[in-house]
Amino acid sequence: MIKYKSLLPIIYIIFLMLPIYWLINMSFKTTNEILGVFSLWPLEFTLENYRTIFTDPTWYNGYFNSIIYVVMNTVISVTVALPAAYAFSRYNFLGDKHLFFWLLTNRMAPAAVFALPFFQLYSSVGLFDTHIAVALAHCLFNIPLAVWILEGFMSGVPKELDETAFLDGYSFSRFFGKIFIPTIASGIGVTMFFTFMYSWVELLLAKTLTSVAAKPIAATMTRTASASGYELGLLAAAGALTIIPGALVIYFVRNHIAKGFALGRV
Amino acid sequence: MINKTTNQKAWFFVIPVIILVAFNALIPLMTVVNYSVQDTFGNNLFFWEGVKWFEDVLNSPRFHDSFLRQMAFTGTILLIEIPLGIAVALAMPRKGPWVSVCLILMALPLLIPWNVVGAMWNIFALPDIGLLGYSLNALGIDYNFTQGPIAAWITTVLMDVWHWTSLVVLLAYAGLVSIPDAYYQAAKIDGASNWAVFWRIQLPKMKRVLTIAILLRFMDSFNIYTEPFVLTGGGPGNTTTFLSIDLVKIALGQFDLGHAGAMSLIYFFIVLLVSWVFYTLMMRNET
Repeated sequence: MIKYKSLLPIIYIIFLMLPIYWLINMSFKTTNEILGVFSLWPLEFTLENYRTIFTDPTWYNGYFNSIIYVVMNTVISVTVALPAAYAFSRYNFLGDKHLFFWLLTNRMAPAAVFALPFFQLYSSVGLFDTHIAVALAHCLFNIPLAVWILEGFMSGVPKELDETAFLDGYSFSRFFGKIFIPTIASGIGVTMFFTFMYSWVELLLAKTLTSVAAKPIAATMTRTASASGYELGLLAAAGALTIIPGALVIYFVRNHIAKGFALGRV
Repeated sequence: MINKTTNQKAWFFVIPVIILVAFNALIPLMTVVNYSVQDTFGNNLFFWEGVKWFEDVLNSPRFHDSFLRQMAFTGTILLIEIPLGIAVALAMPRKGPWVSVCLILMALPLLIPWNVVGAMWNIFALPDIGLLGYSLNALGIDYNFTQGPIAAWITTVLMDVWHWTSLVVLLAYAGLVSIPDAYYQAAKIDGASNWAVFWRIQLPKMKRVLTIAILLRFMDSFNIYTEPFVLTGGGPGNTTTFLSIDLVKIALGQFDLGHAGAMSLIYFFIVLLVSWVFYTLMMRNET
């Protein structure tokens, strides 16, 4: 019975791994081999594709650009979302429910709707093709998400904690920094994971707002695919490398990830 | 539930969020509104058009087609991903070292940039060099997603199932592990069947997280752009041109600003309306 039951997750995981395996397989092949013969593993094993990426600045700068704006966005989103989520979880105030839903509507907005206006807006304020432009643009959906998740985690912390601290003579800022933030540290970690994730995977806005100086790795890939014919091996290697940052951050939040996806509300 | 106190000063805490989101949301939205009611002959000369663009969009067969395609796609993936996600979550181990391994491996697709997902599936499904395409053709099934509309559809749906089912699994799993053991013991004493345990205990307890799952999957699949664009480019023909792909074609490809603006607003309004229904349901579950 137990063996029979565990079959489904195993099949499911194999299904998830197959395309990833194929991508990695391709990344170690030469272009000739990819187009010439069909093989389940590289026959002429080559690191040439990875060497190209690590030595060509137009390639590896793409990774730096992506990491820079993703980190900026995570820091901005979580910093401004913390006090807001506290307010939503602790207080009633005029228009709070409407405000909360308005924030969420921005998480629902199709990025395609905003592509052209964003280009015009950020060009007109002189931020086009900068990291901060992408970081700010991604705030559109990441701040609402961060507020939503943090509010969930904060609602799980009993209000007595705040009241006791204030009775003990803590000022608000000292309470917030010394007691409250450490209490919801895991929630903050999970929130950072989600803002990182959505900023890392988004491409449409990131591509629209950059041209050279801040071009993300994902956009570098699409251009190379069209410019230099179809260098599948190189494309596969670049794709395989984009999986690594995600895998690293998943590892750090692995114990909280399920709760995080439930927006801290289980 | 926390007893909230009324305190208008809480507004100061939310001001930074409002400023940042408003900058990103209101200015571009007003730009879109602006385009949607005007027309131009170039040279930055705009004149008032009223609701003409909205009528155009609502009456255009092209919009109807992409909208129906979008509905069919979102409906299909929800029908596959939600039950499959629940089934995988139910079959997952609750304790032990395998839990972490399962969670990490399953979460992996969620953190791959969306265009890489498209490119990966392209390479995977190509009929001559892809594992999936080659195997299917070797089995005697005529499969070519770049030419056959049905093959293109199946590949796009399969890609989305691959990409996002894990989200449902993780949510359902989070709901399942939060059920106290006492519930299962009580069910055992009563001699309840597995089926009864699922319908009477597990599913009701998962209701909240599943609403979140449906809400997130609805929003994200309705807004899908990058993955099908990279995989099929919206083709063959227009068979996988979903709303976002169509919108970007009109706005950035043809630079038809009025039409694109009106379409953006209609599109946004539909997403908003459905999301609001789910959101209300979710909030009702909470109290």
